Amino acid sequence: MKCNICEINEATVHLTEVVNDEVTKMHLCEECAKSKSQEMQSHFGLSDLLSGLVDLEPIVTEEEMGAEIGLKCPNCGMTYYDFQSTGKLGCGRCYEAFEPNLSELLIKIHGSDKHVGKMPIKGEKVLKEQQDFQRLKNELTKLIRAEEFEKAALLRDRIKDLAGQLNGEEGDDEDQ
Amino acid sequence: MKINDFITKESEWLKGEGPESNIAISTRVRLARNIKGHLFFNRASAEEREKTLNTVFAAMKKNKYLNKSLFLKIKDTSPLDRQFLVERHLMSKEHAQDVAQKGLVVEDKEIVSAMVNEEDHLRLQVMQSGFNVMEAWRIVDEIDTGLGQNITFEYSNKFGYLTSCPTNTGTGLRASVMLHLSALAMTGQIERVYEAISKVGLTMRGFYGEGTDSLGDFFQISNQVGLGHSEMDILDNLQRIISKIITKEEVTRRELFKKKEKEIADGIYRSYGTLKSARIITSSEAVKLLSAVRLGIDSGFIKDLDIVKVNEILLLTQPAHLQKIAGETLGPYERDIKRAELVRRQLEK
Repeated sequence: MKCNICEINEATVHLTEVVNDEVTKMHLCEECAKSKSQEMQSHFGLSDLLSGLVDLEPIVTEEEMGAEIGLKCPNCGMTYYDFQSTGKLGCGRCYEAFEPNLSELLIKIHGSDKHVGKMPIKGEKVLKEQQDFQRLKNELTKLIRAEEFEKAALLRDRIKDLAGQLNGEEGDDEDQ
Repeated sequence: MKINDFITKESEWLKGEGPESNIAISTRVRLARNIKGHLFFNRASAEEREKTLNTVFAAMKKNKYLNKSLFLKIKDTSPLDRQFLVERHLMSKEHAQDVAQKGLVVEDKEIVSAMVNEEDHLRLQVMQSGFNVMEAWRIVDEIDTGLGQNITFEYSNKFGYLTSCPTNTGTGLRASVMLHLSALAMTGQIERVYEAISKVGLTMRGFYGEGTDSLGDFFQISNQVGLGHSEMDILDNLQRIISKIITKEEVTRRELFKKKEKEIADGIYRSYGTLKSARIITSSEAVKLLSAVRLGIDSGFIKDLDIVKVNEILLLTQPAHLQKIAGETLGPYERDIKRAELVRRQLEK
């Protein structure tokens, strides 16, 4: 296949652009792809610096795009692509809709994707226990890494107990 | 209460009384929150934004800390008023632009303020004079909990408080302390401070001027990480690191005063002299000279002036403040003349 821009060289880069839900496919040679990527970069602002944390490649090829293309928030209609270009989410539900990608991004920004701080008062008890549970699990990983197996075994038992308690209480606070 | 009432009032956070106030000017703690079921500001229609504004205002009017506050719709304010509010750190520059459906709440002592419909539905901030992270947190935490009785915030078990930008997700907490680091700047150690704090989840930027440009050696240090650590851990980390920086600045100041007493004294007295006699003075020159005078008070070279006064002049000489005091719009050149007049008058008092 010839390059869509120069129409001379063989196309080796396959680019998919999604703008307002419209998908455009381009097949480019390496050289034209490079200049296209520079052109794209010059249009990019601060928010792209942020999205760049997840997608380091300046050109998003069809293959790489695959995972993100279908992600769309059912509540506000924002696509993951919209988020990547603005750096801003559209509503609380976007967090569920983009969860795996967003988790990766949050880990890059904060070093974690799990909240352990304050929570709204309603349902505080259950949430607190869930957070303790997560904290203990993190501690367990650290102990295993440090090869402190005796301490790890004790902690594992505590986690088992807590997991049992949580399973009994879970269910009504998922949406707090 | 009206915006103009603030002109003659001293901001509580500038009174220069808090802990370590020779080096730490002020502490600010803010929380980012959104209302459950409302689209975030960037995605919401004008109608929905208006609804959000009314919901947040209504909840704040019920709060005992805030019921006597000034409730402003930004569209009802003049561009000069907006700049004035930005200079007083009551709202961001971004909040002063595209003003439709944006709101601001200012408590009468200016300790508590809240931007409504900025990037998030609610940005609640508490300011304190000096280095006072825990007191600022105590107040903001209490108000946030109170507001949570009337508003359901967007919150997920996994991610915590949900915000428009993922940099704020989790606690939604940003705590910052404004520091006057003259000695560390003079001895070329600011870069090292910058490098060190960025390794522990903090960030630093120049306070006056853009980016990390640091007019007058005023720097703002704040946490960058807000998820995966509790508020207490975040604040404790910030507090510990800032204490170390303050100690380092103090030690360096004493060393400098000892080793280069004449040079330091010369710089300070020249700056004081210029401020007392200049007829035209730009904003950036004023900041630089006031910075030297501030150091002069701490070092004991200047005895007839206190830090509170310097903090106050730093604020009053900002462009919008000068114009509010003059009661008219002034061009840059006229402002430079008015600024010099104001500084002379303040220093004579």
